[in-house]
Amino acid sequence: MFKRNLFCTLALLAAMDAALAQSAAPRMKSGKPDLNGIWQVVNEANWNLEAHNASQGAVETLGAIGAVAPGPGVVDGGKIPYLPAALAQRQQNFAERRTEDPEAKCFMPGVPRATYLPYPFQIVQSDSDLMFVYQFAGAVRSIAMKNQGEAPVDSWMGWSNGHWDGNTLVVEVTGLNANWLDRSGNYATEARKVTERYTLADKDHILYEATIEDPGVFSRPWTIRMPLYRRVEANARLMDFRCVPFAEEMMYGELRKPGTAGAKQGE
Amino acid sequence: MSMQSASTRVALATALLLAIGAGSSGAADKYKVPRTSWGDPVIQGFYNNNTDVPFERARELGDKAFYTEQEYAASKQPRPQPPPQRAGGSGGVPNAADVHYDTGEFGLDPDQSEMVKSLATSIITQPANGRLPPLTREAQQRSDAARAAGQARQYDSAQDRPLAERCVLWPHEGPPLRPVGYNSHVQITQSPGYVVFETEMIHDARIIPITDQRPDFGGLTRWQGNSWGHWQGDTLVIETTGINEASTPRGSNVGMGPDAKVVEKITRTGPKTILYEFSVTDPGLWDVSWGGQFPMELTEGPMFEYACHEGNYGIANTLRGAREEEKTKARQGQ
Repeated sequence: MFKRNLFCTLALLAAMDAALAQSAAPRMKSGKPDLNGIWQVVNEANWNLEAHNASQGAVETLGAIGAVAPGPGVVDGGKIPYLPAALAQRQQNFAERRTEDPEAKCFMPGVPRATYLPYPFQIVQSDSDLMFVYQFAGAVRSIAMKNQGEAPVDSWMGWSNGHWDGNTLVVEVTGLNANWLDRSGNYATEARKVTERYTLADKDHILYEATIEDPGVFSRPWTIRMPLYRRVEANARLMDFRCVPFAEEMMYGELRKPGTAGAKQGE
Repeated sequence: MSMQSASTRVALATALLLAIGAGSSGAADKYKVPRTSWGDPVIQGFYNNNTDVPFERARELGDKAFYTEQEYAASKQPRPQPPPQRAGGSGGVPNAADVHYDTGEFGLDPDQSEMVKSLATSIITQPANGRLPPLTREAQQRSDAARAAGQARQYDSAQDRPLAERCVLWPHEGPPLRPVGYNSHVQITQSPGYVVFETEMIHDARIIPITDQRPDFGGLTRWQGNSWGHWQGDTLVIETTGINEASTPRGSNVGMGPDAKVVEKITRTGPKTILYEFSVTDPGLWDVSWGGQFPMELTEGPMFEYACHEGNYGIANTLRGAREEEKTKARQGQ
């Protein structure tokens, strides 16, 4: 599995090198890579970071619409190195995924999950600052390129310290609340540190890597890799996905006044 | 957010007053606004817009738009206060509700936060009396009907609670943006072709494309409308249409219609200040446009994450209380 993933990564890099020759990566006037744009993954990582076959979804009444899409996995080495007790927690999460997945509850997704949710996000890069705005739940985070330090308080999107390593934006994220990493119950705690690397391969592709350290959950740091694709449509833009109205009936429906119909509000 | 020194604040306030008195274009003449590397005026940064200026002017002030320094000082003198009203309970017995709404204890009283001083008597400056124009008769009837219907089912379900309580949208986020009393911070970020406004509460980022002509938004609405901007000299002009009708403007229980339009103007007036101006037009609600302005003051970041929905115990507890009350009444045969 490791060799296969490594081969895929090398192949991806080779393909990106080839593309680079045709389409140079844009740069800011400062000379730094210009990451501005609307980006999105094209993969099944949000269903399960590990390689997985198609399977019945958590809501059978949705039929094939709710089925789990198969994916070859994005984890270096294939498997997430859980400690035994943590793996048991992951299995429990999986069993309760219909109602306990923070995505179902419209909670902010944290890092790295925000990157590979099936929704676009926009990088807003100025001469000195970087902001990431995610369509899902209106999550947003600023990257501290200066005035760096420790996370002042834990939060859902964490505290991001960024720096340039050559042409790669490296973002070290700490101060994250405990959160799930996908719809299969993979998770990490508030003790985790996520080190992200954004490498602009050409004008329309970023190679994304994230290394996750969480000693109470994993036996060693582990890494995911995937390309990010620029949304090139002329009318591409982040749309409204304030998902609270879509989660309310699941979260609070049991407290609805008996005999009242489900209200329809929001879009 | 970190605090700035009192002397700095006084100097900034003076600059702001000059800016407001002169209007945005006049202010720009007196201050050379720095440029981004791509040539746009720099407005980005972390801003505070906390103010003690009321949104609407006190009726007795008429068309008086500004206090003198002496009048301002007098307006800040403590006034005789009525006995404190308990939020809950009866017979003067305090309960949990009193604790919840003791804003001073939790640093939520506006006076506990850094204030951007202004001698303005209201944020609204148009009409000249500084007050919201009345709704049209037809709009008032719709608003009254919506309020009555809403009150009748206000505790039926989560979806029947106010948008802010549900953490869907807070009314101060706009457009138009307006000071909120606490967590009164805005982060503005610029990139080539975009300006982003993020309000601390409730972490909503409006991404505004900067372009010469209105983009095609596909005929869709958004909770905060479809915004686009362009520069007029040193002033960023943002036009917004297509605001979701569930998002109701101040003074109305019904939303704005398809012909509604909000125009915002943002002008950097000094090294640490910007002036925010706005106007609102909706012939479906008002016979006249209305608008106003307020200053925002640069401050230091970071801006903390305001995770509203993720910690929203209020909705469940409110509904739980309503269901318990119904059971109690049923047991009592009411």
